[in-house]
Amino acid sequence: MMPEPKQYWLDSSANVTRLYRGLWVIGIALLALDLFLHKHEEFSFAGWFGFYGAYGFLACVALVLIAKQLRRVLMRSEGYYER
Amino acid sequence: MNADFPVALILILGAALVPLFRGGLRTAYMLLLPVAAFVWLLMLPHGEFGHVRWLGQTLVLMRVDRLSLLFGYIFLIALLLNVIYAAHVRDTAQHVASLVYAGSAIGAVFAGDLITLFVYWELTAVSSVLLIWARRSENAFRAGMRYLLVQLLSGMFLLVGSLLHWQATGSLEFAQIALAGAGGALILAAFGIKCAFPLLHNWLQDAYPEATVTGTVVLSAFTTKLGIYALARAYPGTEMLIWIGTLMAAFPIFYAVIENDLRRVLAYSMNNQLGFMVVGIGIGSELAINGAVAHVVADILFKALLFMSMGAVLLRTGTVKGSELGGLYKSMPLTTGFCMVGAASISAFPLFSGFVTKSMIMTAASDGGLLLTWLVLLFASAGVFHHAGIKIPYFAFFSHDRGIRCEEAPRNMLIAMAVTAALCIGIGVFPGALYALLPFAVDYEPYTASHVVAQLQLLVFSALAFAVLMRTGIYPPELRSVNLDSDWLYRTVAPAALRFCERLISGFQRAGGAMFSAGIQRGAVFARRERLPQGLLVRTWPTGSMALWLMVMLLGYLVLYYVR
Repeated sequence: MMPEPKQYWLDSSANVTRLYRGLWVIGIALLALDLFLHKHEEFSFAGWFGFYGAYGFLACVALVLIAKQLRRVLMRSEGYYER
Repeated sequence: MNADFPVALILILGAALVPLFRGGLRTAYMLLLPVAAFVWLLMLPHGEFGHVRWLGQTLVLMRVDRLSLLFGYIFLIALLLNVIYAAHVRDTAQHVASLVYAGSAIGAVFAGDLITLFVYWELTAVSSVLLIWARRSENAFRAGMRYLLVQLLSGMFLLVGSLLHWQATGSLEFAQIALAGAGGALILAAFGIKCAFPLLHNWLQDAYPEATVTGTVVLSAFTTKLGIYALARAYPGTEMLIWIGTLMAAFPIFYAVIENDLRRVLAYSMNNQLGFMVVGIGIGSELAINGAVAHVVADILFKALLFMSMGAVLLRTGTVKGSELGGLYKSMPLTTGFCMVGAASISAFPLFSGFVTKSMIMTAASDGGLLLTWLVLLFASAGVFHHAGIKIPYFAFFSHDRGIRCEEAPRNMLIAMAVTAALCIGIGVFPGALYALLPFAVDYEPYTASHVVAQLQLLVFSALAFAVLMRTGIYPPELRSVNLDSDWLYRTVAPAALRFCERLISGFQRAGGAMFSAGIQRGAVFARRERLPQGLLVRTWPTGSMALWLMVMLLGYLVLYYVR
């Protein structure tokens, strides 16, 4: 008889959703910290509220969307060079 | 002790004896070599030693200063970790190649003149290709061949550049080199190939993922970092490097997002990290050079750790393709943990090594008012977390469970990964130890509240972007594919152009041959006809006609004379 496969915490999609929500909570907490911090940035815009968070989020979305479009131009089948 | 003795020989000559040992004794012997070399370095005084007269030039085999010593230390640590990681490998050739390769990289670091540098430069190329060929597959053989050609081209640039530089300045010293002459430009091109400058970069992504499980880890430590060392030595403060580095930090991350082979993803992220170092050298301030060199140390360790974890996956499952993997944390929990330490380090999480090194380069860029460079580097920082920090562990160990059940990595691999992970965290928690070894005195504090919060915001929201894109299904799936890069030029366009030229030439040959033989035939017919009595060639010519032709010639001469 096959042993019952072990269930891991991450196997449950409810737990993955919990993790995802937890990440948002951490993100919002970090934004809140911005209100209390004294910043000394070389470029003044970097001191705006939530600059780094917004930049990171938008940079990654842009990165993925552009890379996805690049696939149309760059992607070939795995045996492309062996033809 | 004798400071004239080239420390590289401990490893290169020591490698010759490796075939005499077997099993545990061999591992012990191979561990002893980098330890002995390390102790040797610790005892060396600063200065120039090992002078050799050659062709009227004085070669300097050992130049010992803070810069060369730090590279020496980290190269030896990398070698030591590699020996542990590869202890289970029976293939003697790989062990010998690794030692000779590491030894020649160290020889190049201590070279005080361009000729000594050239000799070791070539030796790194020739010894390292064996680590690719040792995979013993058709693909590896071809990739190794391409790699070797590119590396030897770099060596040729270095040699010709050095000779031109010598002619122009009368010196072969390996020190700051002016970019003005052809010599300076060629030497920069030679270094640029090793550093994987844009368009000169693709040997890296082409060859490293084709090497053996352990070979890729060895390769990742030395060649590109030797290129960075050479740049720091010869071209600090060269403004062009800021722009080259900025470009390097940005473009590979797009490839990394869509690449399926996870070791190739790491090769792209290596390119991106090299970009940060090149920017630092281009800025050239004390903080920037310190940052670039510190980041070399950090990068050697976390990149080794990431390649080690992917090597373990390749060893146990036979593949490192994102499209085939997933759920491996259940089978390889320790490897997963070590990989995540490497991922956190390359992503510059506070308390991990990248945080205390990369930020020096970022600060140097903002101090210098380099707005565009700073913005691009910040984009690249978010991007590297995205593709190396999240994508690598996510697709290999989490993601969709493909049902692969395998053993945890071998014990020696786990030990190597544990020590490397400890070093990554150690540097992050106690940056002072690394800062004390940098070329210039350090007046920089990475752990300020605003820096920590800013970096955490950048990273957490990058992770949120990944999670949102994943959950909405926008994130592009891992697909079995290759992506065209600059190697397409020499793997497809160049052979096609050659075939076209070949066809053109043989076409000309056929057409030309036909025309030529028709001409000969017509000439022969003509000669035969004119040889008959009354023919042009046998006819007797009257003197009158000769005088007439002479007059025509003289008249022609007269006309020409007046015209002029």
